[in-house]
Amino acid sequence: MKVALVGQPNCGKSTLFNLIAGYKAITSNFPGTTVKYTETKTHIYGHTCTCIDLPGTYSLSSMEPAELEARKHLLSGEVDVVINVADASLLCRSLELTLQLLELEIPMVLCLNMMDEAQRKGIQVDPGKLSAILGIPVVSAIATTGKGIQNLFVEALKAGEEKKRGNVQKFSKDIEEVIYSLAILLASEKRVEEKVPQRFLAIKLLEKDFSLVDGINPGGDLRGKIQFFQNKLEEIHGYPSDEVISAERHALAMNLSEKVSTVIHPPERDLRMVIDHWVTHKVFGYVILVLVFYGFFNLIFGIGGYIEKPLLQIFEDLSERLRDIYEPGSLFLFLAVGILQGIAGGIAIVLPYLVPFLIGLSLLEDVGYLPRVAFLMDVFMHRIGLHGKSIIPFILGYGCSVPAVMATRILEFPQHRFIVAILATMIPCAARITIIFALVAFLIGPNAALSIFALNILVVAVFGKILSLFLPDASLGLILEIPSYQPPRWGSLLQKSWYRIREFIVIAWPILIAGSAFLALLEYAGVERYFSWFLSPLTWVLGLPASVGTTLVFGLLRKELSLIMLTQALGTTQVLTVMTKTQVMVFAVFVTFYIPCLATIAALWREIGKKGALLTILFTFFVAIFLALATRIFFGIFFGG
Amino acid sequence: MILTSLDHVAENQKAQVIKIHGGWGIRGRLNQMGIHPGDIVTVLRVGALGGPIIIEVHGFQVALGRGIASRILVEIAE
Repeated sequence: MKVALVGQPNCGKSTLFNLIAGYKAITSNFPGTTVKYTETKTHIYGHTCTCIDLPGTYSLSSMEPAELEARKHLLSGEVDVVINVADASLLCRSLELTLQLLELEIPMVLCLNMMDEAQRKGIQVDPGKLSAILGIPVVSAIATTGKGIQNLFVEALKAGEEKKRGNVQKFSKDIEEVIYSLAILLASEKRVEEKVPQRFLAIKLLEKDFSLVDGINPGGDLRGKIQFFQNKLEEIHGYPSDEVISAERHALAMNLSEKVSTVIHPPERDLRMVIDHWVTHKVFGYVILVLVFYGFFNLIFGIGGYIEKPLLQIFEDLSERLRDIYEPGSLFLFLAVGILQGIAGGIAIVLPYLVPFLIGLSLLEDVGYLPRVAFLMDVFMHRIGLHGKSIIPFILGYGCSVPAVMATRILEFPQHRFIVAILATMIPCAARITIIFALVAFLIGPNAALSIFALNILVVAVFGKILSLFLPDASLGLILEIPSYQPPRWGSLLQKSWYRIREFIVIAWPILIAGSAFLALLEYAGVERYFSWFLSPLTWVLGLPASVGTTLVFGLLRKELSLIMLTQALGTTQVLTVMTKTQVMVFAVFVTFYIPCLATIAALWREIGKKGALLTILFTFFVAIFLALATRIFFGIFFGG
Repeated sequence: MILTSLDHVAENQKAQVIKIHGGWGIRGRLNQMGIHPGDIVTVLRVGALGGPIIIEVHGFQVALGRGIASRILVEIAE
C-alpha cells in the first residue's frame, strides 16, 4: 500500500515522516524545505507500506515546481491513501488544501497536527464533528512528541483498504452549476487523462490553470468553450473566475473551521511576540542579525580551534613514530603515513569545525530564524537585482551546495533559478568553511578568515548585479510565510545534525582516506610530479608550491580533500613550515571559489542543464584565478612573501 | 474610511482588503496565503529602506514585498 503525506508548508509533515521512517527527511522551520519527495518502506501491524513525504503545498495549483511535483504524484493513480497533515492552529487555511484533496477522490485521512499549538492559541477543535462533515477519519496528533501517530497510521491503512472516499464539499449553487456543465463538456471531449477526476479538472480550469490539459491551444475550439464558462462566473460575481473559486473555497473552509472549533480563551501574548518585535525591527533587527552570525562564527572557531590543536599534535607524533619504526622510502611507510593523514584530516581538521557548524545551522533552522533573515535581507537582495527568496539557497549553501542548488526551485522563473544556482555554488559550503577555519583562521587569525567570508559576499553581490543586468528580475516580489518560533527540541536537532554529519563520515571520509593513500602511492611511484607538472602553470601563476596542484584536482571530488590532501602533499600537518601566510591565503581563496565539487555539478546539471553546469565550471574557475591573484598581490604588498 | 494600498498602511494598523490588482499569478499566490478581498489584515512590521512588510492574516504572518503590497487595495478602519 502506498501512503502519501500531503500538507501545507511547515505543518510538520516531515517531522511526522521522520517519526516513522527514522531520520530521512530534512525538517526545518522554513516553508518549502522539502523540494524533492522522500520515500520509505515501513511496517505497520504486519502491513508493509510505502510512505512518501511530498513537498509542502498551499494548494493544488501549478504555480511552483514543488506544487506541481506533489500534484503530479497524487494524480499518478499510484497513491492508495492520502494522509493530509493539517496545522490545527491554522485550521481555516489548512482546510483549503483539504477541500481540494477531497476532490481528487482518493481515500484520505486528516491528521490534525500541532494540537498543542492550537490550544496555546486558545482554539479547541472537535475532530469527531469534522470527521462527520468531511466523511473521512480525523485523527488529532502532536508529531513532535509522537502523540496520536500510531492511531493515525492504523486509520490510514483501514481507509486505504476500504477505499472509502470523503464527501466533496459543495460550493454555492450558481458556481456548482457552472462546474457541473463544464465537467460534462470535458467528459464529452475525451481529451483528458482518465485518472484526473472531472470535477477537480473543471475547477482547475475555472481557476484558469490549464496545465492539466494537453492540447488546449489559445484561440482553439475547446479553449473557447472553457472561456465561456469562466466568463459566465465573472459576469455573475464581477471578478476573475479564479478569484471567485478561491474566495468561495476560502469561505467554505472558514465556515467549516468555525463549525468545528471553539475559542476557549484569547491567544496568549507570549514571549515569542516580544522576541519577534525586536528581531524584525528596522534597526535592531539588523544589529541582531550581525550579532547572531558573528557569534555563530566565533563559536565555531572557538570550539574547532580548541580541539584541532591538540589532536593535530597527536597525529603528528604518531606519524613521527611511524617514520622511526619503518625504513625510510619503503612502500609500507608511504602507505601508512598516507592513511594516517587521511584519518587525521577527518578527526582533527574537518570534524572539529563541521560538527559545531552543522549543529548551529540546524538550530537556526529549527527555531525559525531563517525566514526572518529572508525578510530582513529582501531589500538588499533586490538592490543586487535578485529576488528576496534567493537568500534561502544562499543560506543553505553555507551548509552544502547540493541542497542549495535544489532549493532554487522555490524561485518561479527559470532565468532566476539559473543565476541563483550559479551564485549559490560560490557560497562556501561546510567543507570549504572548514578549510577557511582550519587553515586561515587557525594559522593566520580569525580576522583573515572573516575577510574571506566578506570577500565572498561582496563577489556574489557584484556578480549577482552583473548577471541580473542580462537576465532582469521579472518576478512578483516576496510572498513568504513567517512561521512562529519553535523552541528547539534537542533530540530531533541532534538527529538532524547527525544525519548531515553522517554524510561526511560515511561517504566523504573513506574517500579522503583512500585518496590520501592513493596520493602517497603516486608519490612513492614518483608519478605525482607529473600531476603537479601538468598543473604547474596554475600553481606558478598563483605563486603556490607545485605539489599543491594535485590537491586541487582531488578537491573536485570532495572539497574537504583539498585540505587533507594538502597536508599529505606537503608531507606535514604543520603547514606554515612549508607555506607562507600569503600562500595559505591564496590557496584558501582559490579553493573557496573554484569549480564546484562533482556532486554539485551533477545537481546543477539536473536543475539548470548541461550548458548551465559547464558555464558554472568555467565561470567559477576564472573568478577563482582572478581573486586568488588579487589576493596574492594584495597580501604580497602588505605582508610580504 | 480611507482607501489606500497596503504599502501605505502604518505598523499596528488594521485594514480590509478591497481588491487585488494584478494577473493570475499574483492573485493566485495571495489567495493561497489566505489573502482575499474582504479579509482583515494587520500590518505588523514595515521593513527598513523600502523593504518588505509583515502582515498578520487569519492568525498567521506573511512577509510581502513592497511591490506586491502596493497592488493590494485596502480600506483602513478608523
